[in-house]
Amino acid sequence: MSTSESRFNLYHYAAPQAFYPVAGKLAPIFAVIAAALTLAGLWIGFFKAPTDAVQGEVYRIIFIHVPAAWMSMFVFLVMAFWSAVGLAMNTRLSALMAQALAPTGAMFCFVALWTGALWGRPTWGAYWVWDARLTSQLLLLFLYLGYMALVAAVDDPRRRDKAGAILCLVGAVNVPIIYFSVKWWNTLHQGASVSLTKAPSMASIMLSGMLVMALAAWAYTIAVALYRVRVLILERERHADWVRGELTRLGEAN
Amino acid sequence: MIWESWSAFWEMGGSGPFVWASYGVTAILIIAELLLLRSRRVSSTRKLNRLMRAGQARKMPEVQGS
Amino acid sequence: MNAFAAILRRDMLLAWRSRADLLISLAFFVIVGCLFPFGVGAEPNQLRAIGPGVLWVAALLSCLLSLHRLFAQDYQDGTLEQMLLSPDPTVLWILAKVLAHWLTTAVPLLLITPLMALMFDLEGGAIQVLTASLAIGTPILSLIGAVGAALTLGLRGGGALLALLVLPLFVPVLIFGAGSVDAYLSGTGASAHMLLLGGGVLGSLALSPVACAAALRISTE
Repeated sequence: MSTSESRFNLYHYAAPQAFYPVAGKLAPIFAVIAAALTLAGLWIGFFKAPTDAVQGEVYRIIFIHVPAAWMSMFVFLVMAFWSAVGLAMNTRLSALMAQALAPTGAMFCFVALWTGALWGRPTWGAYWVWDARLTSQLLLLFLYLGYMALVAAVDDPRRRDKAGAILCLVGAVNVPIIYFSVKWWNTLHQGASVSLTKAPSMASIMLSGMLVMALAAWAYTIAVALYRVRVLILERERHADWVRGELTRLGEAN
Repeated sequence: MIWESWSAFWEMGGSGPFVWASYGVTAILIIAELLLLRSRRVSSTRKLNRLMRAGQARKMPEVQGS
Repeated sequence: MNAFAAILRRDMLLAWRSRADLLISLAFFVIVGCLFPFGVGAEPNQLRAIGPGVLWVAALLSCLLSLHRLFAQDYQDGTLEQMLLSPDPTVLWILAKVLAHWLTTAVPLLLITPLMALMFDLEGGAIQVLTASLAIGTPILSLIGAVGAALTLGLRGGGALLALLVLPLFVPVLIFGAGSVDAYLSGTGASAHMLLLGGGVLGSLALSPVACAAALRISTE
């Protein structure tokens, strides 16, 4: 091992021991960013954005609905990325990152469905239609729940990491297939002739409110995932000396 | 300010229940996630500390699995 | 190829020795199918409309019911580890086992499907399309299900967990399978659905044995 290597080395941070303090430093920063962006986004959403000409005030749900929907899909992709890295490079940290992200992704997935239903009722007259987007979102929630259930059911940590990774990749391969098939099914049945394409001419202030909220969701996800991965690292590495030291320190703080 | 009064703000042009149920449930879920995460951190540091002390006292290898 | 034939023969023989299990999944298919008229009413037009979908869902659940047995016995008696260590390509004997699963669970179901379809007042052409779509679609269920069975091997609550993992992935098969009959009845023809199902077979044939082999290695190490 060369100790003279001074340049920044990404692999160094792939070790849980090295990443743990980094996550501890970064998490509060992202938490503060998330809180600030949420406040700014809500301010824009409720006090700056004008009433929508067609939908009235109810469109203000968009400021959480769309960021939540984006986030739920994006988090699954990131989980698939970490799963692939974990399987290919055999790094423990990648699997832990995927596991740390899953509950937040599932939460956003549910929020997207919930707010979508509450938006749909006054706007299109139904809480739920079997639209391609809604249905894919629901199936994505099932994929999240399946992943979390599998990870929770396996006791052996090595098996847990790898089984979760395989399931996540299988799910990620299937997400586009599911979306395509549901879309096909939807057009054939023509059950709901609602077009959920977002308002064609959205005022730029509305758009900026939505983007600020989306960035807030990003920062929130990163912060929570970092906090959670720290707990996962402690649980996983508890036989290591540095974790024993950290545990004693945390035990005294409690 | 685009609202004439606070009551107009809460009414949201008649769709208040929908808007506030969306934001309310989202807020509850986020707070719940944060509280769960916190309680997990506290309980697992306690448990790991207990295991560590038990392991040191008996000088025995700890139990595998989590 | 010898290993493939040997495993296939062995699994078929084992399935034959415990044929009560096979009859149970077949009976399950029939009973689930028969429950629906009680639930939604026996009006012939309505039955005709829901028939293909109901039979597809019943087939899917019946397939799920037998999936957890795919590797369980070999896992318990240690045969699985021996097979993983053997020089034969893992993917090959996984395919043999999946084929055996399909032959023993899906094929009996295909044979009884025309009878069930008659109970839903479907006419000849629709019955043919339904049976054909099941014939092409069920191998995908076995192939995807094998990955789920390998991942949940030996876990507590394995059966329910397997259902949770695998059912969302079955949705596209269900859509194209049940959709083929609707397409036939509406006059557009079912060939697009059949081609897509065929593509699904090829795709899952290429990907799922690899994922299944990786999952089995993880579950047994």
